[in-house]
Amino acid sequence: MPAMTYRDALRQALDDAMTEDKTIVVIGEEVGRYGGAYGVTKDLIKVHGPERLIDTPISEPAIIGTAVGAAMTGLRPVAELMYIDFLGMTMDQLANQAAKIRYMFGGQIGVPMVLRTQGGTGRSAGAQHSQSLEAWIMHTPGLRLAMPATVADAYHLLRQSLTKPDPVVFIEHKALYTRKEEVDLSDDPLPWGKAAVRRQGDDLVIVTYSRQVIYALEAAEALAKKGIEATVIDLRTLNPLDFETIRTHVERVGKAMVVSEGVMTSGVAAELCARISEECFDFLEQPVIRVAGEDIPISVSQELEAGSVPSARIIAEVAERLMA
Amino acid sequence: MAPRNTASVSSRKTGSKGIEDFAPGAIVEFDRDDELKAYREMLLIRRFEEKAGQLYGMGFIGGFCHLYIGQEAVVVGMQLALKEGDQVITGYRDHGHMLACGMSARGVMAELTGRRGGLSKGKGGSMHMFSKEKHFYGGHGIVGAQVSLGTGLAFANRYRGNDNVSLAYFGDGAANQGQVYESFNMAALWKLPVIYIIENNRYAMGTSVARASAGVDFSKRGSAIGIPGFQVDGMDVRAVKAAGEAAVAHCREGKGPIILEMQTYRYRGHSMSDPAKYRSKDEVQKMRSEHDPIEQVKARLLEKGWASEDELKAIDKDVRDIVADSADFAQADPEPDVSELYTDILL
Ligand SMILES: Cc1ncc(C[n+]2csc(CCOP(=O)(O)OP(=O)(O)O)c2C)c(N)n1
Ligand SMILES: [Mg+2]
Repeated sequence: MPAMTYRDALRQALDDAMTEDKTIVVIGEEVGRYGGAYGVTKDLIKVHGPERLIDTPISEPAIIGTAVGAAMTGLRPVAELMYIDFLGMTMDQLANQAAKIRYMFGGQIGVPMVLRTQGGTGRSAGAQHSQSLEAWIMHTPGLRLAMPATVADAYHLLRQSLTKPDPVVFIEHKALYTRKEEVDLSDDPLPWGKAAVRRQGDDLVIVTYSRQVIYALEAAEALAKKGIEATVIDLRTLNPLDFETIRTHVERVGKAMVVSEGVMTSGVAAELCARISEECFDFLEQPVIRVAGEDIPISVSQELEAGSVPSARIIAEVAERLMA
Repeated sequence: MAPRNTASVSSRKTGSKGIEDFAPGAIVEFDRDDELKAYREMLLIRRFEEKAGQLYGMGFIGGFCHLYIGQEAVVVGMQLALKEGDQVITGYRDHGHMLACGMSARGVMAELTGRRGGLSKGKGGSMHMFSKEKHFYGGHGIVGAQVSLGTGLAFANRYRGNDNVSLAYFGDGAANQGQVYESFNMAALWKLPVIYIIENNRYAMGTSVARASAGVDFSKRGSAIGIPGFQVDGMDVRAVKAAGEAAVAHCREGKGPIILEMQTYRYRGHSMSDPAKYRSKDEVQKMRSEHDPIEQVKARLLEKGWASEDELKAIDKDVRDIVADSADFAQADPEPDVSELYTDILL
């Protein structure tokens, strides 16, 4: 099987989807000639032309607003937000327009667009370019949310997002772009909205998504050496949320932790933890534990940056405490 | 020589330095002190940035690093027009502004390397530094956000009844952000003492001005609401200072905001990770050889006999020593302690 990077898989997904569906246009800052700040749209302009890879001024509210408007007519824009940290600038168009239009208008119309962006730590990008803001999206009914961890999912989740009738926020992780895996893109993907069980074990369930899947799997290997076998669930999409897969494994195993790079307080991990506690209470041997980003801004210093978010070591340490 | 068409030159009256008397494009000669000061300050920025680029290449600086090389005359010329208490705010291409404001080279360089002796204790990095003492309000990474903040600085000056002005620097790319115009309108409505300085270096990342802006005369961006604006040769420190003085006088007299479009050029890529393939080497070379802000001052100093080659070399040596010292410090200084993770968030 050929090895491919996460970045190239995303690019391939856009390329293939654009070839099949002429209603897809990519719009955003530096997406055309420059090829994307992280190179995801590199050379697509040569294949699909400048009418479909549209370089914009630096005007995030207008970029997203334009995409929403075009989507209301049935185009399928892929709007790129260079960093998820700029979400605040676009949040009105997303939360008040994109997310509400289907409901407000009694289901007559939808907004079939994808907002591609990237987040997370790992490149010393500092407080305004390293955040994990998926909770803002998950907290907004009317938005789909996909966060691929693997190279295959980078491809398939983006392809699937580009067939959905509703706005999908698609969050890549900046530290995964160069990650390489052997993949066969012609393999059948998991269905949209279905979590992947990346590892099976009977002692503990680790529920996570995006880059923390990689860390959780590393932690699980370390734990296995100490005789602790973990199940690792990669949620893949947070909306839809595959709670049934979580339930099945938590009820089977009885111990669970949720891992997220976003900050702990009122975050995705908090929500998942609450839901597991409410719905699987009778099966739990221990309280569910959150491992999440510290409630602090991200520093540029490498040491402080690394200390702000979960790592394989921290996940393994917390898991051991949970098992003790 | 202007880097491209500036507004037509008209004769300059003497007397008041307000904008009524300001002739865009007219050159007001510097005296020897100003020339030497400008030379030294610009050279400090140039050498500092060259060193920062080296340290980045060696892996001592990570993340973002946006160099100011080529644009030195803008910030140095504007500083010559200010008085104590006037405030400066800018985006992420901020090293030059901080040095020109008098912030320590050691503090800036150590922040670039994310060390505890950095101006933000290693938490902020290249894009995020601040100095209350030097009235420098950052160092911001969200393109355009500093324009509203700079308007707020002016609001506060107005409220307090002092006669200080604030300088809000932003790029040609940032000039297309919506909040810039919301800020313009409020500043014009309330006659706030703010100078909006658009550093038009012809590119926003890989996008040239022509590809992003429907109107490329940025000095007119406030014309619909009556904000006066001028295009200035931002490669000539004398033109910058003259425009700065006129703008400052206008603001101090309570006449409201003003826009200065500084026509300048960045020699390096947008950031250290940008190979700058969107423009030709010739274009860069032409600017360097024909319009370099430092070479212009140097040539005048020599021509007028205000400094000898040896004296200029001595200045260069002095500046290099400052920069070398800052680089040594920035490499030797320890990383912040992990106990710093939870400090400085809230009181
Ligand atoms: C809100 C926001 N959008 C996009 C970016 C990414 N970005 C950083 S700098 C930049 C280009 C800005 O160009 P310009 O304003 O001309 O300033 P210059 O870099 O030329 O000094 C872009 C698009 C950002 N940091 N913030
Ligand atoms: Mg620019």
